[in-house]
Amino acid sequence: MGKVDFLKDFRDKEKILAISKLIKKEIDRPINVMEVCGGHTHTIMKYGLKQLLPQEIDFIHGPGCPVCIMPKERIDHGIVLCQDEKNILVTLGDMIRVPGSESSLAKERSKGKNVKMVYSPLDVLKIAQENPNKKVIYFAIGFETTTPMTASVIEKVLESKMKNVFFHINHVLVPPPIKAIMESKEAKIDAFIGPSHVSVITGAKIYKDIVDSYKTPVVVAGFEPVDVMESILRIVRQFKEGRREVEIQYTRAVTWEGNVKAQNLIKKYFEVRDEFRWRGIGDIPFSALKIKEEFSFLDAEVVFKDILPNKPIDDHKLCICGDILKGIAKPYDCKVFGKACKPENPLGSCMVSSEGACAAYYKYGNLEVYKQ
Amino acid sequence: MCLSIPSRVEEIFPDETAIVDTMGVKRKVSLHLLPEPVDVGDYVLIHVGYAITKMNEEDALESLKIYEEIVKHLEEESGE
Ligand code: SF4
Ligand code: SF4
Repeated sequence: MGKVDFLKDFRDKEKILAISKLIKKEIDRPINVMEVCGGHTHTIMKYGLKQLLPQEIDFIHGPGCPVCIMPKERIDHGIVLCQDEKNILVTLGDMIRVPGSESSLAKERSKGKNVKMVYSPLDVLKIAQENPNKKVIYFAIGFETTTPMTASVIEKVLESKMKNVFFHINHVLVPPPIKAIMESKEAKIDAFIGPSHVSVITGAKIYKDIVDSYKTPVVVAGFEPVDVMESILRIVRQFKEGRREVEIQYTRAVTWEGNVKAQNLIKKYFEVRDEFRWRGIGDIPFSALKIKEEFSFLDAEVVFKDILPNKPIDDHKLCICGDILKGIAKPYDCKVFGKACKPENPLGSCMVSSEGACAAYYKYGNLEVYKQ
Repeated sequence: MCLSIPSRVEEIFPDETAIVDTMGVKRKVSLHLLPEPVDVGDYVLIHVGYAITKMNEEDALESLKIYEEIVKHLEEESGE
């Protein structure tokens, strides 16, 4: 057997078209599919998958991006923390461009504040070692996928007895917002495709409740176009055969149980918060994690309690990110989309994150890659 | 942000780290979160500098085979 050429094989046009034909043949009712994760939104837009599917399939974009859902008050925490020149604030990815109430971490950095963007939480340890006289605060973001890395860094900090590392935890969970969206009954959703990399850690089992409660199939899907198309086919077949199940399409790496070692590491250091505010959606119970009380000496929210503001802040009046994340609007419905709001100068976070729905529509909205 | 890329393990070190090859780019990653041991030549999924699971290469090949069948089936059907 030859070496797997992952990218080539899973982007193969012929396979995508073949699956598209099968879907058209087998579909027997309209199906609204929510892709929970912006990674999937990106794939759907980039490869023009919508055009390859029958009209009965509609995509609704979900709340699945830790960048998109970060409320302004949490960004403001980061901004406050980087004002003290004895502190270094470290974070991942697009986070630094998300607008807070008055500024963003990127703007603070350009003013000379100590904000560092890293590609791996491992770098936090290095930065702390190189700066023993500074307090290094890791502004941790991400779903279940990135949570174990933070736990791993906490473990290394404790093992090496470092005293200058603190954690501002913004780790959120995937199932609670799905439940909140289904409970609100505003969006009409028949099925979900779930992000595979979350389930590499958690297992596919986290969706069982959702399928049982709402009779909506969930297919845990990979991010390549072939993966997404196959997942849609699986959903179509579930409806055709009268099944409602959690299915794993991405068997290359996802199991029902997930990565138990990573799960245990998360359990060791984190507990569920009573509530967390999601940008545009509002407070969702039990939807995020925080550091356990016994490790609160590492928790930036405890250690820097006296300087952190704690007032909820409204989103920009014109931005409808909230409705997009709730599945009741599309980026084109926003009056300022592509005009006052562009990736270079985003008003809302859906335009900031490269996986945000608005950013994906802006970048790929005019492409029809696999036109037949 | 959650996207992770399949990479081939090139070299393993005693301190739970490894060098992996991601589409031709070599980088150092942590193996701290991997539940099972890996060998040089195994595929792993990397996310923000950590290997999070071994890729099941057999499964990868298996799903490719299914796709081949779909294509063949369709070709026969439509006489293409
Ligand atoms: S960060 Fe990106 S890939 Fe991860 S869940 Fe969000 S949208 Fe998906
Ligand atoms: S286009 Fe901009 S302002 Fe409108 S919903 Fe998207 S992010 Fe918000």
